[in-house]
Amino acid sequence: MAERFVTRGFGGRPRSAVGLAARIPPGQHLVTDFPVLSAGPTPRIDLATWELALSGLVRAPVKWSWPEFLALPAEEFTKDISCVTTWTKLDTRWRGVSVDTLLEHVELAPNALGLVAECHGGYTTNLLLSDAVNGQAFVAYEYDGKPLPPDHGGPARLVVPHLYFWKSAKWLRALRVVDRDRPGFWESNGYHIRGDPWKEERYSGD
Amino acid sequence: MNTLQWQIATITKITPETAKVKSFTLSLPGWIKHRAGQHYDLRLTAPDGYRAQRSYSIASAPERTGEIDLTIERVEDGEVSTFLHQVVVPGDRVEVRGPIGGYFVWDATTSGGPVLLVAGGSGVVPMMSMLRHRAAVGAKVPVRLLYSSRTYDDVIYREELASLATGGVEIFHTLTRSQPAGWTGYARRIDDTMLAEVSRPFGASALTFICGPTPLVESAATSLERASLRADRIKTERFGPTGT
Repeated sequence: MAERFVTRGFGGRPRSAVGLAARIPPGQHLVTDFPVLSAGPTPRIDLATWELALSGLVRAPVKWSWPEFLALPAEEFTKDISCVTTWTKLDTRWRGVSVDTLLEHVELAPNALGLVAECHGGYTTNLLLSDAVNGQAFVAYEYDGKPLPPDHGGPARLVVPHLYFWKSAKWLRALRVVDRDRPGFWESNGYHIRGDPWKEERYSGD
Repeated sequence: MNTLQWQIATITKITPETAKVKSFTLSLPGWIKHRAGQHYDLRLTAPDGYRAQRSYSIASAPERTGEIDLTIERVEDGEVSTFLHQVVVPGDRVEVRGPIGGYFVWDATTSGGPVLLVAGGSGVVPMMSMLRHRAAVGAKVPVRLLYSSRTYDDVIYREELASLATGGVEIFHTLTRSQPAGWTGYARRIDDTMLAEVSRPFGASALTFICGPTPLVESAATSLERASLRADRIKTERFGPTGT
């Protein structure tokens, strides 16, 4: 039923009319390809053993197998993304499961403050829950209508489009709920703890 | 019907609460009894498929069947809230899913108390569901609400709150920006002293709910912990600047 429903009178924010320049954060430039940047080699992950865990400061941790994950309510996302290496790509199309939907399956502890994304290959990145909820982040498994390729983080990656793209951790295997905002991999290596492109929070100290 | 499944609700009534806040009554074909404090997701779809979605707290009591009230503040440049305030009329339909949220909830018959509620602005909405729920089931649990608004005219549910302040419910207002002549309530931002005064009769074991803008929630939660309220009894819900 949801597929064909249109809200009477709703046009949404102007899409085509918006000047492109207004969508490019300071210090960024527009690209039309999709550069690949990773901290290490691309892991090859077997879907038969793939799991996504939601763990840490929750009452009962949850794990999804690949079929279980695909059965979760998924959404289409069209988002602008910005990499700290200064490229910005507009209107990237993803399909995935919002972090909100994942969090509906657990009860957060009162001291829950952030998430650590844990990835195959050992990469981690930190996020405040306030940067992850309310439709701001999702776990994507399709890009541009096709399964997410391994070099772009497949089978599934975190996508946090409003922050620099290193927060959008590739090859996601777990989201761990934590009580403090401890730096992850890049954040321990000179990059900003939060990484808002509109504030140019590129490096620690920015 | 499950709570993550979208359904088409019909807006049957729109009630202005303040200049910037309206309550929308939604009739739900797949109504599910909520718990006070939960929210619904609401989404709008344009003819080209473009969608915008937000979460809104339920204001009505769980005991009301078949429909819910969502109380929504019009946010500056808010894509969804502005549409709801300016375009929607009774009879219009919107997609919603819910009730959602299993943590920031209170059940008057099982959750216990006493209950301390701390709200800023439209953060009072889930508290209203709790107070209406308490009244609907005739619970006797003592409840104190400390509610921060900018001005007298910005106080949401002002008259109903006054009428609910009986039989163990006490309401404390603070107006941070301006106060009418003869105002006897608090007249500053919520601070340690204010929280200590309001929470003191309940002692350290009060079950506490804090909802509002992130800075208010952070400072109130920290302050109450300092006042040695048990951290595991403090539940918070934040409205970030992105929650428009």
